Parts: sequence; structure tokens; C-alpha cells
Amino acid sequence: MNDRLRRYRNEMMMGIFTVATLLALIPLFGVLGYVVTNGLSALNLEFFMNLPKGMGTPGGGMANSIVGTLIMVLIASLIGIPVGILTAIYLTEYDSASWFSMGVRFATDVLTGIPSIIVGIVIYSSVVLKMGHFSALAGGLSLSIIMIPLMIRSTEEMLKLVPHSIREAGYALGISKGTTIIKIVLPTAAKGIMTGAMLAVARVSGETAPLLFTALGNQYWARSLNEPIAALPVQIYQYATSPYKAWQQQAWAGSLVLISLVVLLNLIARCAFRSRSN
Amino acid sequence: MEESENMSNKKKLTASLGDKTFRLLTLLMAMSVLALMVWIGWQMVDSARPSIAKFGFTFVIGRVWDPVKEQFGALPFIYGTLVTSFLALIIAAPVGLGVAIFLNEMATSKVRSVIGFLVEMLAAIPSVVYGLWGIFILAPWLRETVEPGLAKWFGFIPLFQGTPLGFSMLAGGLILAVMILPTIASISREVMAAVPNEQREAALALGATKWEMIRIAVLPYAKSGILGGVMLGLGRALGETMAVTMVIGNRPDILSSLFAPAYSIAAVIANEFTEATSDLYLSALVEIGLILFGITLILNVFARLLVWSVERGPKGGISS
Repeated sequence: MNDRLRRYRNEMMMGIFTVATLLALIPLFGVLGYVVTNGLSALNLEFFMNLPKGMGTPGGGMANSIVGTLIMVLIASLIGIPVGILTAIYLTEYDSASWFSMGVRFATDVLTGIPSIIVGIVIYSSVVLKMGHFSALAGGLSLSIIMIPLMIRSTEEMLKLVPHSIREAGYALGISKGTTIIKIVLPTAAKGIMTGAMLAVARVSGETAPLLFTALGNQYWARSLNEPIAALPVQIYQYATSPYKAWQQQAWAGSLVLISLVVLLNLIARCAFRSRSN
Repeated sequence: MEESENMSNKKKLTASLGDKTFRLLTLLMAMSVLALMVWIGWQMVDSARPSIAKFGFTFVIGRVWDPVKEQFGALPFIYGTLVTSFLALIIAAPVGLGVAIFLNEMATSKVRSVIGFLVEMLAAIPSVVYGLWGIFILAPWLRETVEPGLAKWFGFIPLFQGTPLGFSMLAGGLILAVMILPTIASISREVMAAVPNEQREAALALGATKWEMIRIAVLPYAKSGILGGVMLGLGRALGETMAVTMVIGNRPDILSSLFAPAYSIAAVIANEFTEATSDLYLSALVEIGLILFGITLILNVFARLLVWSVERGPKGGISS
């Protein structure tokens, strides 16, 4: 074939791939740009301190939603992180190849792929209906179901990176397997596991769909975990779809807060991981 | 002497007891994950039972959704979900593949880590924020600029006819494309990174240009893994809720134009679930969810198998 034609085609394809990458970044900067500019103009101290105001009234804040999100993410982490880590330990340290553990891995993949709204339905019919009301607990539970498979996957990857010789060193000293795992393997992988946990937290703090009919949302402070509770993403959704200018402004401000949280967690996780791998 | 032996025996015993408890604990957690999956499936089927019993198969092909008369057919929602998801796939698959090739085969390691991070951030932005952006930026832009433009040049195709409303299947598809692009890009990149370098070197040594090297040594090798990544992206698009709910227009009709408002499975659940007044209504909504669950489940299993088969190592190829 003609050599010049080949080189020309090569240049063209390389150009296409570069353009594709630039194209992919446009929406990122588009979304971030609008959220930052629109959000900053609506953001003030009041936003972090006050409760929402009534229909379309300017002012007010999302203090209860921010706290609500933190509470539910905390509940989710208290369940999701230990369950995820312990399952990953079982899969890598005790039993990595049997039918049972293949089944667990399969279940993990299935759980990762379940649309989050389905989790909301299941928690609604099993927890909310049984308890008779929406609650922070139900919201936290549904988030934990989303968190578990993420934690299993990331922890498993990290445990696999721990060299086998480290475990053997433990056994050679006469230390039992369980102690070796807790005192030697886990600390070695700790940074990576924490990175995974942070990414999982970042992921669930932006989840809206599973909270719609578990936590429901609340314009006031929730006085206990057994009450409907506000959440930042849910509040953003309700305000964004409302016809009031003042509320839409608040939705932008809320998005800015939410995105800052998520990006910050991602950045910290990323930096921690990089210093580890070097 | 005897006493100390006794002591060490005791110590050994408690250690091994602690050991066993720990092992048991991890086993229990692993079992609970398996149970969780089964429980979710069973819970869905159980709650959908009244609707399944009443409508049978006509539920899937029914076109009427009338909660007042308790007539429930899921076809408009299935249609809206499939059209937006495939639209997203048509846009995101080539772009995502391009990004993966750029990052894996062209970029220096510095560029790779920066751009790679930015692409990952696309996946980190919460769905509801995409929705907000969709309502106030994307939909007006489509209504004012894109849809009239498409109608002018391609209006002879039924896909691009009708009033430009902004809130449409086109908006849903576009926003989904942005959201699934990082999934497709990162998985394609992973499987391309699993292609042994000898393959590339062999192609280059034969005098191939970079593109020819990618075409003959990398892509065929990573083919099924890339397909798996695309399918995982499709799975994500099908189940995506908030962003689509906010821009698709929420109208349960089956219209051929991409400019027309429609409704998706996840959107109808999000909008109507808390308002469902009767048990049958609620159960019909759960059954729609069950259909979604079934589709994503099959897709995910298939996609995982494909990605696994590539990452587990070479079959054939130059290096093996």
C-alpha cells in the first residue's frame, strides 16, 4: 500500500482519538462551570446555618439536608464498610476458589449492577412498610446496600496486592492465621482500603434515587432516626423541579456543596493512593 | 515446666478460638452478601405478585398507563428506556473507545494520569447534578439551537420531526451518554492495558504505523472486553434514574421523534411510587422495576463474563 496514504491515515486516526478525548471533557467543564458560577452566587453562610424557607421565598438554607446526608452516609458506612471488608477478607484470605466464593463474587457483581432505584423499592417494601414510616434508618440501610459491593471489590483488590511473603513471615513466627491477617495483612493494605472506603462514601453521598421513598425528605430537623429526614441530593431534586426561582437558586448552591464534597473525597483518595504506590 | 507448657497450650487454645471466630465472622459476612442478592430478587418478585397475577404477559405489551382505572401497561416505559439507552450507547461507545485508545496508546504517563482523573470525575458527579444541569442548560440549548437545526437539515427523517421542546428522549440520551462514557472508557482502557506489549512490539517490528498496530494487535485482542465494557455502560444507562427523570419530559407515550417527551422505567418509579394509592398500583410499579432488574441482571452477567475472559489472560495471539 501507498506509504504516504498509510501515514496520513495514521495521523487522521490519532487526531480522531484526541478529539474524542477533548469532546469527553467538554461536559465535565460544562457542568462544573455552571455549578460553580450559579452556585457561588446563591451560596452564603445562611445556607449552611438555616432551615429551608417556604414555597419560593428567598433566603433560607439547607442545614438540615447537609446534616441528614451526613447522618445517613454515616449509617451506611457503619454497615457497609465492615461487611465489605470482612467479606473481602474471606474471599482473599480464606477461600478464594471454591464454588461458594465464586458465588459471592457473582453476587457482588450483581449487586454492583442493580439500579439504585430498585434498592429503594426493596427497602420500602421490607422496612418502610413494616415500620409504618419513612426514616433515616431506612435511608441509611439502602445506601449501605449500594456501598457493600463497592467495598468488597476495592478491598479485595488491595488485599491481593499484599505480597504473599509477608503472610509467610507471619506464619514463620508462629502467629496464627487470624492474627496475621489482622496485625500484618490489614495494616499493609490499610491505605488502599481507606481509599476505597472514601470513594464509596463519595459515591453514596450523591445518591438520590434510593432515598426518595426511604428517607423521603423533610423541610425541618428530624428529631430521631425514626423520622423522615432531609438529604442534600433529594432536596436538590425537589428544588430543581420546582417552579420557583429562589428554590432553583438554592438547588445550584446545594449542587455546589455536594460536588465539592464528592470531588474533595476523590482528590484525597487519589493522592493517598498515589503516595502509597510510589 | 509443666505449668508453663499448660499455659502455652491454653494460649494456643484461645488463639485458635479467636482465629475460628474471626474466620466464622468473615464467612458469615460473605454468606450475607449472597443472601442479600437472593433476598432482593425475592422481595421484588413477592411485591410484584398481585400485578403479575392480574395482568400476566399483557403487562409487558400494554400501552395504556391509567392509574385511575387501574389499567397498567409497561410498554411506553420500556420503549423510553431502551431508546434513550441505545442513543446514549451510540454516542458514548465510539467516544469512550477513543478516550481509552488515547489514554492507553498515545498519552504520556503525566497526561494519562491527569486526563484519566478528569474522565473519572465525570463518573463521580452525582446524577441529580447532571439532572439540574440538564433542566437549565442542556434542555434549553437543545430547544433553541440543536433541535431546530436538526429539524432543518434532517427533518425528512421521522426521528427529527415535531416541535422542539428540549425535554425529550434526545435530552435523556445525551445526558446518559455523558454518564456512561467513563464506564466504557475505563473498562476499555483496562482490557487494552491487559494486552501484552509483545503484541504491540511484534506489529511495530513488522513496520506497522501506530494506528495499524492498534488495529491489528490491540483491538482484536481486547475486542470482547471492550464489548463487555459497552454492555456494562448500557446496564448503567438502563437503570439510571434522576438525570433522566429530570430531562425526559415524563409523558407515557410511544412517539417516533427523538424530540418528543417520553418516560423511562426508572423515572416512572421515582415519580409515582410515593403517590401510588392502591396496592395494585404499587405492585404494578414494582413489576416494572422487576423488568428493569431482569434486563440489567442479564446484561451485567454477560458483560462480566466477557471482561473476565479477556483479563484472565491471552488465548491465542502472538505472545502465548
